[in-house]
Amino acid sequence: MSQTVQQTPAADVPALATTVVTSWKAPIAFAAFTLIALALAVFAPREGDTTFRLVDAKDVIQINSITTPAMPTLWVVIVLLALATGYSAYLVSTKRRVPLWLIVVFAVLFMTGFLTWAAAGATIPVIGLLFGSLSLAVPLIFGSLSGVISERVGVVNIAIEGQLLAGAFTSALVASLTGLPIAGLVAAMVAGMLVSFVLAAFSIKYFVDQVIVGVVLNVLVTGLTSFFYSQVLVPNAAQLNTPPRFDRLPIPVLSDIPIIGPVLFRQTLVVYLMYIAVALVYVGLFHTKWGLRLRAVGEHPQAADTVGIKVNRTRFWNVALAGAIAGLGGTFFTIGSGIAFNKEMTAGAGFIALAAVIFGQWDPIKATLAALLFGFASNLQNTLSVIGSPVPSEFMLMLPYLVTIFAVAGLVGKVRGPAAAGKPYIKS
Amino acid sequence: MSDPRDPAAGGADAQEPEIHEQTPSEHDGPSSTADADVAIEASGAVATGPAAPTQASASASATPTATTPADAEVEPPSRWHTTLHQIATGNAIISVLAVLLALVVGAIMIAFTDEKVQEASVYFFARPGDTFIAIWESVSGAYTALFQGSIYNFNRDTFAAGIRPLTETLTFATPLIAGGLGVGLAFRVGMFNIGGRGQMLIAASVAGWIGFGVDLPWGLHMLVALVGGLLGGALWAGIAGLLKARTGAHEVIVTIMLNYVAFYLVSWMLRTPGLLQAPGSSNPKTPPMKETAIFPSLLGPQYNLHFGFILVVGATVLVWWILSRSSLGFKFRAVGENPNAARVAGINVKSMYVYAMLIAGALLGLAGVSQVLGTVTTGFTAGIDAGIGFDAITVALLGRSTPWGIFVAGILFGAFKAGGFSMQAAEGVPVEIVLVVQSLIVLFIAAPPLVRTIFRLPDPAATTRRPRPIVTKEVKAK
Repeated sequence: MSQTVQQTPAADVPALATTVVTSWKAPIAFAAFTLIALALAVFAPREGDTTFRLVDAKDVIQINSITTPAMPTLWVVIVLLALATGYSAYLVSTKRRVPLWLIVVFAVLFMTGFLTWAAAGATIPVIGLLFGSLSLAVPLIFGSLSGVISERVGVVNIAIEGQLLAGAFTSALVASLTGLPIAGLVAAMVAGMLVSFVLAAFSIKYFVDQVIVGVVLNVLVTGLTSFFYSQVLVPNAAQLNTPPRFDRLPIPVLSDIPIIGPVLFRQTLVVYLMYIAVALVYVGLFHTKWGLRLRAVGEHPQAADTVGIKVNRTRFWNVALAGAIAGLGGTFFTIGSGIAFNKEMTAGAGFIALAAVIFGQWDPIKATLAALLFGFASNLQNTLSVIGSPVPSEFMLMLPYLVTIFAVAGLVGKVRGPAAAGKPYIKS
Repeated sequence: MSDPRDPAAGGADAQEPEIHEQTPSEHDGPSSTADADVAIEASGAVATGPAAPTQASASASATPTATTPADAEVEPPSRWHTTLHQIATGNAIISVLAVLLALVVGAIMIAFTDEKVQEASVYFFARPGDTFIAIWESVSGAYTALFQGSIYNFNRDTFAAGIRPLTETLTFATPLIAGGLGVGLAFRVGMFNIGGRGQMLIAASVAGWIGFGVDLPWGLHMLVALVGGLLGGALWAGIAGLLKARTGAHEVIVTIMLNYVAFYLVSWMLRTPGLLQAPGSSNPKTPPMKETAIFPSLLGPQYNLHFGFILVVGATVLVWWILSRSSLGFKFRAVGENPNAARVAGINVKSMYVYAMLIAGALLGLAGVSQVLGTVTTGFTAGIDAGIGFDAITVALLGRSTPWGIFVAGILFGAFKAGGFSMQAAEGVPVEIVLVVQSLIVLFIAAPPLVRTIFRLPDPAATTRRPRPIVTKEVKAK
């Protein structure tokens, strides 16, 4: 689907023949989504108005809910989608890239159209939808940050699932024992780090294939936590598995901003830590000496070694750091939501985080956005099943995964990870 | 992440270079056989499974004469020393010790969480004997139950009843081997197929639908259901292969996503009347399979072992043939080793990805079909895959992605699974201990240096290193 265009060299500069690679993937994907929206409007028209409720009842600043007639709105959206598709096709035909903002605008438009269609005759609590999406995305974001760091330094981290699970288990146990959620938080980081130590030791010291170690660690942590859950936590559930939960901490002024405030700034400590972590990892990776060294080790360990960076030590400690971050994400499942630990309670979140890492092209910000997308799609299903949507709930649950396949195949395409990820560095 | 490397190659890197010197040690049991296979594959020799021991012994007997001329100045070590050294540095001993270590860790976990041990340890310093007795009882009880649940039950009167656990082991191993072959084959082409769950579910649904919804004569019905299931699994995996070939979409993402898509699709079909749901029922479950479609049992009705096991043996032979005898397998391995080199050599890398995923999906489909038509014939739910799609990854890793290695690894894991359930029933030890032991075995086998350090075994590189320093030092001095 991608085409290589040889730009005809101008007569006066014959030496500089540049190759511009443009891809028709984005316009084609856009067209596909526009057609889906069109199909909904033509084949499954829905009557009634859709209401978007934008505030909670107890908010200081009140905004009126927006009510729109479902079908006309959908038609307007379809026209806009078609325009965006045409614009992207125009950009590609003139050999320019489709900018990220256009993709974002397109996605938002499509979701608006879809929501108006799906919730015709009902009310969508926008705040609840977004708030839930963010909450569901928290462990995914921590997990994907862990994956980004670890893979950027050259160690493939398939053990995110195990790190999350270890974090969830330990935080529940320690927080129940001490009664302090913060102690659980620290314990979770330690637990995630321990899982990372095994990953690092086996892959860096013993040169075991990193994918093997990662997969096996997931099984090991699943086995360990389930075993101790059945043997120890269940008989003593009152002392060992009744974790306290983090309180909501509304940030004074920010939390009063309409829409954004209740979604972003009335969260728990874990979520605020997530904001900080994303910012720190981004700045750290691309604007500090630490990040430069880390990326050098992951891209070209020989070169890094030549300039005096200790490759294996850098890898070891950064993988440990990645584990600590993922362990922190695991706290969301237990003390972050006030739920007791249960067997395999992460339910594949680590694998979704892994997908977010690749989807986000090993970039902390893009990976976070990908994780948010997953969170949104999961929560969309919850919301729509409450208001009663025409689509069977299984198909709504399928949606995030289908969108990912579409996006990976259509928009991202062939991604290139850190060059040395997965390869042990054997100093000769 | 980068392309997951072929674990067979990775394992071979980590393994010692002089694999030819492997001695056929006298250790019985699955691990040593698995090891023979690993050695064959790793050394690059194309040898058949049954021929493995003879080859290995031939090379082993040849080694003393082969090594002596190299270091003529040094006194040749005694034959006993060489033999012992080879046993101590061979692959077999590592495998056996890895299993042993994993079982020891499992024993520690069982002992620590046992209530009687905890009670006795309160007065440990007054009467330490009680604690040790309690530890012994808990651990030996658990492992006896594991053995009796997986190999032979001595508490039964007749041999026919006593051997039943072994047939259970083979029944549990059937889908594990098939799935392991699917994952392992993809590994050899340099792809990581995490989509076993989805492929099994789709295959099980297709085979199940044919199994209960279609009327055909005995034999033909089974065959049609089997082929349908295999096609279903193959096509589901083929999506991932096609997307990787056409658009470069990473197969890890696509297969993970397809797992969820398949799960929700099958869940929906299971609760929709007219598709998979049993008529007149509100449970998300299918009606039982028709008699004409069910795999016949191999050893009579008192055992659960079914025809699927024969199919899996056939699949193992087929995969072995594909990988080591066919030109397709040669291309597969070439792409797995280095896709760029393979492309330069004129191999169509993209179509290899598609073919490999199609075959891998069919193999995982076989796992799904054998579940539906062999093991659980009374109708299935969305949990029919029973985690086998993920267990298959571990099986493939333990088997080092070689067909016979996977076969043996599958039987070992089948034994753990069969024994684990009886251990839970008899001793109250949670079945998850099996997961811990399994994963530790894979970890330890993957890291021979670690096992050697723990047991203070000599490094296999030591013999070649010993004579050399004297020569090089003299050369350097001049």
